[in-house]
Parts: sequence; C-alpha cells; structure tokens
Amino acid sequence: MPDGDGGWQPACPAPASHDGERITLAYGEGGRLTRRLIQERIVRRFGGDTLAALGDAAVFDLPAHRVAMTTDGYTVTPLFFPGGDIGRLAVFGTVNDLAVSGARPRAISLAMVIEEGLSWDTLDRVLASVHDALEATGVSLVTGDTKVVPRGAVDQLFLTTTAIGEVFFLMPGPKGMEAGDALVVSGPIGRHGAAVLCSRENFGFDPPPVSDCGSLLAPIEALWKAAIPVRCLRDATRGGVAAVLHEWSMSSGLGMTIDALAIPVTPDVRAVCELLGLDAVHLACEGTFVAAVAKDHAAQALETLQAHGCESAAVIGEVTATRSTPVRVRTASGREIPLDEPAGSPLPRIC
Amino acid sequence: MKHVDEYRDSAAIAAALEHIRRMCSRRWVIMDVCGGQTHALLKHGLESALEESLELLHGPGCPVCVTPAAVLDAATTLSLTPGVALCSFGDMLRVPGSGGSLLQARARGGDVRTVYSPLDAVALAAKQPDREIVFLAVGFETTAPATALAILQARELGLQNFSVLAHHVCVEPAMRQIAADPVGRVQAFLAAGHVCTVTGYETYHAFVHDTGLPVVVTGFEPVDLLRGLSVCIDLLETERADVVNAYDRCARPEGNPHARRLIESVFQVADVPWRGLGVIPSGGLAIRPAFSAYDARRRFGLDTTNTNEPESECQAGAVLTGRIKPPACPLFGTTCTPDTPAGAPMVSSEGACAAYFAYALSGEVTDA
Repeated sequence: MPDGDGGWQPACPAPASHDGERITLAYGEGGRLTRRLIQERIVRRFGGDTLAALGDAAVFDLPAHRVAMTTDGYTVTPLFFPGGDIGRLAVFGTVNDLAVSGARPRAISLAMVIEEGLSWDTLDRVLASVHDALEATGVSLVTGDTKVVPRGAVDQLFLTTTAIGEVFFLMPGPKGMEAGDALVVSGPIGRHGAAVLCSRENFGFDPPPVSDCGSLLAPIEALWKAAIPVRCLRDATRGGVAAVLHEWSMSSGLGMTIDALAIPVTPDVRAVCELLGLDAVHLACEGTFVAAVAKDHAAQALETLQAHGCESAAVIGEVTATRSTPVRVRTASGREIPLDEPAGSPLPRIC
Repeated sequence: MKHVDEYRDSAAIAAALEHIRRMCSRRWVIMDVCGGQTHALLKHGLESALEESLELLHGPGCPVCVTPAAVLDAATTLSLTPGVALCSFGDMLRVPGSGGSLLQARARGGDVRTVYSPLDAVALAAKQPDREIVFLAVGFETTAPATALAILQARELGLQNFSVLAHHVCVEPAMRQIAADPVGRVQAFLAAGHVCTVTGYETYHAFVHDTGLPVVVTGFEPVDLLRGLSVCIDLLETERADVVNAYDRCARPEGNPHARRLIESVFQVADVPWRGLGVIPSGGLAIRPAFSAYDARRRFGLDTTNTNEPESECQAGAVLTGRIKPPACPLFGTTCTPDTPAGAPMVSSEGACAAYFAYALSGEVTDA
C-alpha cells in the first residue's frame, strides 16, 4: 500500500487499533464486528454470568414478591458535563426512579443507539462511567442492545436503561398525603439543569455549576430504616421541583406551598438563574428528591438525611388544604403567589 | 449573592411597604415601563401589598411585546429560506406572528438558533461561511449596544454572511406618547433602571418639563422598587415634577458613554412601529446607511413596515398604554393563556399579561 510519499512501507500498515478511531455502521449490522463490540466493550467490562450468556433475554431469580420496573431514554448535549456524563446519568436516572418508588435495583439493561462516526474513545469513556455508576449502586447489567445508525439520525449517542428492583419501602403515594405534611428536598435544587445549560452554551461561569447526578438509594434506605412515615417521594428531574409539586397537587387534590427563602440553592446555580432570568425550581435535578413527610416527623427526616450525605436537606414548605391556586410560593414580602408550572424548557430572557 | 439578598430582605421590604402606605394621602397612579419591573412587582407580591395605596400600571416595557408581527413574520420567512440560519434570543421564539412562532417555524424545518449574545451569531457566521446568518435584534437601549458591537465586529472580521434584522426601540418617546394620551391616567413614571445605566437620565429633564409628570429612575429588586415608589410618592405628595435617581448604585446621569457611542456609531434614531401602539416618532433605532450591508431588510429585500396585526380581540395596545390592566381584557385567562396566547404580552416572559396570569390571578391569591 502506498504511503504518503508514494513509496512502500516495509512494516505492516494496519492501524494501531483494529477498530480504527471511529465507529462505523458495520458495528451495528449484527455480524462479526457487532459481536466483537459486545464481547470486548460490554461483556469484558461488565462481566456477570447472566450478561455473558448473551441470550435473547436475561434469565434470573428475583426473590421479592413485589417488584418495581422502570425505563428511561437518555439524550444530553454535551455528552460530558461538569459532574457527570450520559453514562452516569443513564444509570443513576433509572436507579433513582426505582429508589423513589421504594425499590432496590437488582438488574438493569442498557440499549445504545450510536451515531456513525462516534469515536471509540467517547464510547469507552461513557461505558467506563456506566460501569462505575453500576458498581456504586451494586446493580448488575444483565442484558442490552446496540444499534449504529447513519450520521445525523441521532445526536452522537442515545442510551436507554430499564431496571427491575425489589420493593422494600411501601409508601402510600400522593393520595396518602395530608394537609400539614412537610415538603422536604434532599439537597440544593436545579444543579443538573444549570450545569448542562452552562456547559452546552459555553457560558464560562467560573467555577461552572456542577450536576448533582448521583444515586438516591442510600438516603432513601436511611429514611426507611429510621421508619419515617414518608407519604411519597419523587426525583425532581425535568421540570424541577415545580413540576413535582404540580403533579402531586393534581393527583392528591391538595395544595402545596413552599417558602422562597427556605429552598436550598447553591451560589453558582443562583448566579446562573439571576443572570439568565431562570428560576431554580424549574431546573432539573438528577440526584435530589422531594419528599412529603408527616409533619411531626419532619425534623427526624431532616436529621436522618443530613446524617446520610444530604447535608443541605431542608423543609421547603407544606401540604395545604385544597385551594383554587394549589401550588404557591411564599415570597420574602410574606405574600403568596402562584408557582408556575413549566411549559417547556426554560428560555433565557433578553435583558 | 450578597448584592441580591440585601435587596430582598423581608424586614426591609415590610418596613418599606408600611412607609409607603403611610405616605399616600390618595391613591396615586404610577406606571413602570420595564417588563422586569412589572414581573418583580407581581412576583414579590408588592403590587397586591400596596393595592389600597397605589394603582400600578405597566407600560410598554417588554421588548418582545412591542415587536410588530411583520418583523416576526420576516424572521419566520428567513428561517425557512434555504441557506439561512435565523438566530434569536430565547424569549422571542414563542411569540406568535401572523404565521405562527419561530418555534413552530423550526418544527416545520426552519433553521432557528437560540443565542445568548449577538456576538454568538457573529461567531457562528465566521464558523459557517457558506450559510447566511441573520440575528433578530430586538430590545431597548439595553440590548442595542451589543447589537452595534456585533455589526462592528462582523465588519472587522470582513464577514460577508452576517446581517441583522433589527427592531430596537427607545423607551422615552413611548413614555411621551402615553403621557399625551387624552384618556391616560398616569401621574408619574418609574424609569427603567437598566435602560438608564446605558442612556443616563438627563434626557428625562426635558420630558418632565414638557409633561409635568415626575420620573424616578428605579431598580429591579424588591427593595429597589419600593425605594423608587417611595421617592415617586414623595414627589407627588409635595407636587414636585422632577427627575430623581433612586437607583444610584447602577445608574449615572450620563449613563454609559461607551455604550452610547456604540449605539450612535451604528444606529440612527428613526420613526418605528411598536406592536399595539403604532408608529412612534423617534421611537426606535435604524441601522445607519454606512452599515446597510449588515441590514437584513436590505440584504433580503424584506418589508416590515406593515403595521397590521392579526385580527383579534386582544387588548394588547390598551394594556401596554395603561388604559386597562390585563385582567380587564375579555380574553385574559379565558381564551388567552400562556399556552394559547392571543397576544405578545401573554407569551413573553416579560409581558404584563403573563405576569398577571403567573403571579396574581385575581381572587385566588388572597383566598387562603
């Protein structure tokens, strides 16, 4: 084969890696290359007998009577942001959906839709991150799927994870809420939304806001062990805390009032919100939940959370009787105003 | 965030509210002309707290609201033109023109990009020389300097593919129109603090002289707003028509000379149509002929002089001039909501109707 000078190289001209630098469509076409991708990058990394069997379905025992199951698709631009990446997000997002349902994840699947031309390095970094997140939560990857689609059909990499878990914490849900219940958040809100926005738009905040992307399993297990009468839990992802409160109000028929001054927000997220005209209650969290807790146990719930890694956990408001404007904020002037439900993604204002 | 917290302190707010209530011998009518102030007054519950002492009207202070449908339609057409990318600030995207919003144009295949600064659009033009990049420039004197800077930068870089669809407006001529309204009830104005950080407030002396209405330069945080209102009431109670700066931590008499020079180098004062108010003499800025190469209207042969608005019972004009308050519009909260806006003041994040809808649905906030 001619080299750049038109002469001949005496040595083998094969590239350093037999896969090249970028993923081609051939790796999604089900042949030898697909098998190699799965063996070398998935099975070797994630191990486990169930996964290694590579059957059409994962087959395993689940001793619990009551199981929870959830699925979620993940797309984020950029794939890597301060505090996380799409791999970490895809594990913790799905694990958290189980955790707030009172379930401990037992098995998870990972489906990837890869855009032709994605670098192997990027895929490897994401998979390493998936691996670390799975280790941190003690859940096994048992099955998965890989597709490679033509350039432009997806934005780099879409992941879908489905998880099944055993229910350990039975909660009555929004219908079990009562007027007077305390509304608790497990930490400062809006960090994920602010981190991704600033990273995507290169705003150059220094230091940049960092996503809270992480597992909620430990603090929720702690609430359960402490026998706190938790009515319901929800991780405040898209739409933020405001969306959770509106959903709870809709399903319970009760009101929700929060205190503007009681909501924990980190200084970096506040700065982003002030500059862009956003409200932290509308920004996504990926490692922060909202809980409705029986009033008399609110202090104990806070103590428990603070002893389990949620130092900034706070009571932000209370459940109220049914009212014509159900979801409200008490402002610094002492007046109550309605808390808006986000209509779509927040759009920064002109001036 | 110290500089925000001290201006939102509950004790300071309570004291200022009480002070204002004691000052008022009658229910004065005061207008703000800045969407940010409108929202802050409602969001922090200040308007309802002062309901019995003051009537607060909210003027044409939302740049999105006063941008005519013809400008939005031109932007939509550009976004759907092959080879053109239309760049805009985020809050313009949901505003309906006569043929739908820019977000809807994007769903139909239009190339609409959200930018956070006009300079982002210049950078995009430099990166994509094969694409025509058009920046939809709206706003008051606060955003005009950055648009001017973008045009100067594009010239410096020798860019052939960057242009601006500009609809910059000037706030003082609109205040004059409202002051001259024969059925208007405004007794004093809060001048928009951020506009004054650019323009200064010396021009308001002539305004006060001509109209006899006091003007108080006012900021945006609750304590700033209450300070502005209290200075305003003091002027009204003592029958003094004057200009007072109650936002001296930011605004200077001469404004920001550098920003003013930028505006003057690229723009000239022009008669400009305002949505809901008609053409206001000297009410806006047009790109100077020397920079016509960067004027999207010339480059693409666009006509945005049509001031016809889509037919509607929407009372945006009456709202923006303070003749009525948003809840008095027959469409408010019924067919017109932020999800189904009949007019720009309901859709824009700075609009008065949106503020009333979001923060002060009548009868609901005080029913606890």
